[in-house]
Amino acid sequence: MVTSTRVEPKKGIGLGGGSRSPGPNGNSSRKRNGRGEPLFEQRSSAARYRIGAWVLIASIVMLFTALSSAYIVRAASAQDWRPLAMPRILWLSTALILFSSVTLENARRNLKKSFDSGYVRWLAITAILGIGFLASQLFAWRELARQGVYLASNPHSSFFYLLTAAHGLHLLGGLLAVVYLLFRTRRPRADEAAEGRRIARADAVAIYWHFMDGLWIYLFLLLFVWRSQ
Amino acid sequence: MGRALAVIIWILTLLSVVLFVSKKWWFPPSISAHGPALDRQFMITIVVVGIAFAAAQVGLGWMVWKYRDASNRPAATYTHGSSRLEVLWTVITAIIFIGLAVMGQSVWASLRFNAAPAGSYQIEVVAQQFEWNFHYPGKDKIFGRTDPGNIDESVQNIIGLDNTDPNAVDDQVGKLLAVPVGRPVELILRSKDVIHSFWVPPLRFKQDLVPGMAIRVHFTANKVGKYELACAELCGQSHYNMKSVMLVLPEDEFRALTELPPGKAFIDRMTELRDKYKLPEEQ
Amino acid sequence: MSDGTHDAVHRHEPPKGFIRKYIFSLDHKVIGIQYITLALVAVLIGMIMSVLMRLKLSWPGTHWPILASLFPAGAPGGVMNPEFYLSLLTMHGTIMVFFVLTTAPQGGFGNYFLPIQIGADDMAFPVLNMMSFWVTGVGFVVLLAAIFFSGSASTVGPIGGWTGYAPLSALGERAGPGQGMGMNLWIISIAIFCVGSLLGALNFITTLLNMRTRGMSLMRMPLTCWAWFTTAVLALLSFPVLLGGGILLLLDRLAGTSFFIPGGLVLTGVLSGSTKAFPLHTGGSPILWQHLFWFFGHPEVYIAILPGMGATSHILATFARKPVFGYRAMVFAIFAIGLLGFFVWGHHMFISGMSPYSAMAFSILTLSIGVPSAVKTFNWLGTLWGGRIRFTTPMLFAIGFVSLFVAGGITGLVLGQTSLDLPMHDTYFVLAHFHLVMGVASIFGMFAATYFWFPKMFGRMMSERWGKIHFWITFVGVYSIFVPMHVMGIVGMPRRYSEFTQYRFLDSLHPLVVFVSIAAIVTVIAQVIFYSNLIWSLFKGKKASDNPWEATSLEWTTATPPPHDNFAGHAPTVYRGPYEYSVPGAAKDFLMQTDPEGAGAPAAH
Repeated sequence: MVTSTRVEPKKGIGLGGGSRSPGPNGNSSRKRNGRGEPLFEQRSSAARYRIGAWVLIASIVMLFTALSSAYIVRAASAQDWRPLAMPRILWLSTALILFSSVTLENARRNLKKSFDSGYVRWLAITAILGIGFLASQLFAWRELARQGVYLASNPHSSFFYLLTAAHGLHLLGGLLAVVYLLFRTRRPRADEAAEGRRIARADAVAIYWHFMDGLWIYLFLLLFVWRSQ
Repeated sequence: MGRALAVIIWILTLLSVVLFVSKKWWFPPSISAHGPALDRQFMITIVVVGIAFAAAQVGLGWMVWKYRDASNRPAATYTHGSSRLEVLWTVITAIIFIGLAVMGQSVWASLRFNAAPAGSYQIEVVAQQFEWNFHYPGKDKIFGRTDPGNIDESVQNIIGLDNTDPNAVDDQVGKLLAVPVGRPVELILRSKDVIHSFWVPPLRFKQDLVPGMAIRVHFTANKVGKYELACAELCGQSHYNMKSVMLVLPEDEFRALTELPPGKAFIDRMTELRDKYKLPEEQ
Repeated sequence: MSDGTHDAVHRHEPPKGFIRKYIFSLDHKVIGIQYITLALVAVLIGMIMSVLMRLKLSWPGTHWPILASLFPAGAPGGVMNPEFYLSLLTMHGTIMVFFVLTTAPQGGFGNYFLPIQIGADDMAFPVLNMMSFWVTGVGFVVLLAAIFFSGSASTVGPIGGWTGYAPLSALGERAGPGQGMGMNLWIISIAIFCVGSLLGALNFITTLLNMRTRGMSLMRMPLTCWAWFTTAVLALLSFPVLLGGGILLLLDRLAGTSFFIPGGLVLTGVLSGSTKAFPLHTGGSPILWQHLFWFFGHPEVYIAILPGMGATSHILATFARKPVFGYRAMVFAIFAIGLLGFFVWGHHMFISGMSPYSAMAFSILTLSIGVPSAVKTFNWLGTLWGGRIRFTTPMLFAIGFVSLFVAGGITGLVLGQTSLDLPMHDTYFVLAHFHLVMGVASIFGMFAATYFWFPKMFGRMMSERWGKIHFWITFVGVYSIFVPMHVMGIVGMPRRYSEFTQYRFLDSLHPLVVFVSIAAIVTVIAQVIFYSNLIWSLFKGKKASDNPWEATSLEWTTATPPPHDNFAGHAPTVYRGPYEYSVPGAAKDFLMQTDPEGAGAPAAH
């Protein structure tokens, strides 16, 4: 089912890795076959992971833009808006996810230096921080539920549950991608092209993860700073 | 084949144009103050549209006829286009299209940018699934308070009038719309359940009734008579049957009607008036 | 498997098992055919529904014994009841817009031909591509489930039109038949469809940016690729908004939130919050749903038609034996349409209660979107001008596309004006406008594409004679159906009425209504010719050569049908633009994109 250059049977979930530029046509470094025609090197082109990650982010941005505009319209028109008391544990969530971006960067730095054990260690720490973030979000939900504030209680709580759930699901996707990278570290190092893809995939996951981090900060500000009173 | 296609395109174009030009089926005559201006804008637009439509189709047919593959024709012209032509037709269409859009705003502005003129007669329209209710302020010209919590169909309180409010005592509620001729009318549009839309074709007027909102619109009807009122937004099973009539009454008849006490006297008089006037289609 | 460091030609064997080859295939060509098959099934259901609706509209009291036996609850005694009609209407719209007009042009032909036309061996993410189809397929099954589990015996799905306006769609069964389980399934189906389309769009964009072959610069791509690319961008940015709206709507229905449901509603005499069965809702905004829906819904119109525009440009040039007139202008026009398409959604809402000032802004933007559309039309005429037109079936349908695009698109000048929308909104004028331009013109683009690419896809030609008969009946048929509908709208006939007998002002239209129904029935029956031709040609059609139309783009350089990796192991090199027909001094009247320089003419572009 595959071309020559495809080494791995399954590719990322849309968040592979990526190189710097959307490889322009006529890439001269491309290899040729005996008849002077280029081979299907494109299949190994790492850039597509990075492009894929950015394109995916564009669509997620649109999803959250739609939900935020609903939030703003709903907040402006409502007399039934009762601001939530912010669950304190959200500060912990924020700290965890911010720190996880740092650890993921550490992991990437180790990967680029071909320092495998460092890569694995920092990836694992990132995954644990990600799980910690999700757990902390769940605690925030439980805290609200204990106060008797549920999804349908009032528009602010509806949006709080909805936005945190939507973000959490997307972060869970990122978490799976980190775990996927972890599993792939068990493969032996191959040639240069395969190594390029390995880095590219990690790049894409990192782009996505940092975006999720930024998205959480944005949601946090939207939910609790913008028009919080 | 090319000639056959050209002829078919031309025939279809001709028939389409004839269908419009013959006006066998057309707008009902306007009964509103803004109607003639709107009809004029429609005519200007439809003429532009018609000319563009016919020109494009005739041109398409002509290309197909003239440049069909035949052994005596020379090879196709090798050209990648002309920037001058592109600029030319972009500019021309932009002027025409945007010009039409700007022209089309004047009727809109007169109806929607301003509040209803002073001295407009106010009527509240309360739509519900498959029925129209009209709330007239009565003799005091002040609407009584309404609250959805008061709605009780068993005692005929369909729109939830608050009977403890002194302003509500003379308020009339009915299933027919009556407006005075030649005098601006302001409708306050509400819905009890889902979105409906107020649509009287000869009035050239349509507006959604959105639950949770009170939308104010105004118009002046200038021809006495009876006209059908339909719902133009899908509102459920019997959407097709959500109808009423709008009576445009002479000023004295209208005043007499609105000064009647609410209840049976008002409803009976409404029914009489409904039977007195004929729809344009029945005349 | 090597990584291409030596010079051997790597031809890759397709997967062996039936399931990997035809069901869960990673091959973009198989996935494309799967999408087309899905659309062919969906369009059949949608058409049958439209015929049933026409029966009701033109012969409202007639007893149809067959309906009585098929739908004892929906058509008791063979006379359809209003809710049955409205559920047909909703399902017809949803099936056609989502599962026909969005799947066949983009997921179908785009999937099959975009990689080949840019010289790639597959999509960038084949697994995502497979998932995109199967997710869409699940969405379709969920929608069909709404026919059988609509929550009301007398309907075959929800009632809400394809726009599903809240709060009708948000209130559940107390708002009437067709608001129960069927509506939940409808929303879920559309949410699933959004996800499938997003996966597809992600793939299209990455593939086009990253996998163009050597020499395939952006301005050497066929216009089809530009159209598919722009469509993918539109889908990528608009479907998430519908997905978000769908989630909110579902929460309103199932979790008791109030995003779209305002306070103080009274349904069947019961006040919201006064009983347990009708929980309290406060403060929601019905107009918010319309904004979210139409922010998606307007780009969706272009998602449906842009691929048809691309195919038409491609086919007109091929059979006029001329380069596309104004290639660059065509590219800019596609982009302008795509971009403006995001700023005009409010023209669906002039009378919704939205601010009249924003309505004015939307109106002016809307009419300016007519400019690139007109530019495209001029360029199509320019392409035909001075050509040597070969009237094959695909060419007939491409010319038909131009004719229908003009006929349907131009009435946008009426509807886009705020004041003229007052009488025209939600009448048959609107119905005629969007059916012609978004429905029929797009379908003509797909017919053209089918007749054009069938030989490449299946190695056999479709019957030209039956193709032409199909064209003549369909072309005359669709004009007969939709032009009279404009006039009905001018008289004031409202959309989404299950019958017109209640209103005297509509009486005079009855002969026209009957005429349209007969035209519709004839046109639908004529599609049997298309289906038969398709199936017959699959097995019995004349064998096709690699390049039966003497066309220039990359799909015609490879074998028919293309091998598993499209170009049998090596990527083609592109030397010129996609429409080099009738180049003076060349040996033949077309130069393939892969013909090296010196093949008779300088490399253009």
